[in-house]
Amino acid sequence: MAVKESQLEVPAHEHEEHVAHKKLVIIAWSGDLDKVWPQMILATTGAAMGMQTTIFFTFWGLFSLVKGNVRITGENWMQKMVAMMDRPGMEHLKLGKMNFAGAGPVMMKRLAKEHSVASPGELLELARDLGVRFVPCQMTMDLLGLSREDMIDGLDEPAGATTMLLESQDAVTLFI
Amino acid sequence: MSATVAKTLDLQGLNCPLPIVKTAQAIKGLAPGELVEALATDPGAVPDFSAWCRSTGNELIEQTEEGGVYRFLIRVR
Repeated sequence: MAVKESQLEVPAHEHEEHVAHKKLVIIAWSGDLDKVWPQMILATTGAAMGMQTTIFFTFWGLFSLVKGNVRITGENWMQKMVAMMDRPGMEHLKLGKMNFAGAGPVMMKRLAKEHSVASPGELLELARDLGVRFVPCQMTMDLLGLSREDMIDGLDEPAGATTMLLESQDAVTLFI
Repeated sequence: MSATVAKTLDLQGLNCPLPIVKTAQAIKGLAPGELVEALATDPGAVPDFSAWCRSTGNELIEQTEEGGVYRFLIRVR
C-alpha cells in the first residue's frame, strides 16, 4: 500500500529549529594521518548533515592534496628538501605519534580495514561527491613551491586567511 | 499502517561516519515523503541517525533492533 498524501507532510519549522549553524569551515593545518582522518570524517559528516562545508588546506595540510604519483614538489632545493623529508600525498601520511618509521600507519590502516572504517582517501572522494569545497592556501603553495599541477583536480581557487575568516564568521570553525 | 519503502540501504559492517554519509548520498535522488530503510550494525549509528534527522529535518519514524542489526525507517524531507 502506498503512503497517503496526507501522511507525507513534514512541517517546515521543525527543521529550522534544530539547526544552529548551517556552515562548517575546517582549517586543515596538519598533514598527520591521525589529524587528516578527522578532517575528512567531520567534512563528510557536516556535508551529510546539510551544512555548507569548506576545508581550507594550509601548511602541512596542503600536502594531503598532492597527487599520489608526484614524489618531489617545490622549485628550489629547500622546498624540494621539505618534500623529501615529508613525502606528500594522501597515501603517504605519517602518524603524529607512534609512527615508528611507517609501521604505525600500516597497522592503523589495517585496523581500519578490519573495522570497516573508511580511509582518508575514500572519505575525500565522498566529501567531494557531497559538494565539500576544497580551498588551498595560496601563501603555503608559494612557500612550499606547490603548483596546481602537483595537486589533485577539483580544487577551488586558492585563497588567503581573510577569505577563510570571512567564510567562518557565521560558521562552525574547526582548526585541525 | 503499512507503507512502501522506496529504498533499502544495507550499511551493515560500516563504521562512523559512513552509515550517515551513505544515507545522505542515497536520499539525494528521492522525493519528499518517500521512505528509506537503513540497516546498520554500528551501535554509534543509533544516536547519530537521531542527530542527523534532527539537523536535516528528515523524520525518523521507526527504529528497531534485531540480532544486532539496527533498522531505521526514515521519511525524506
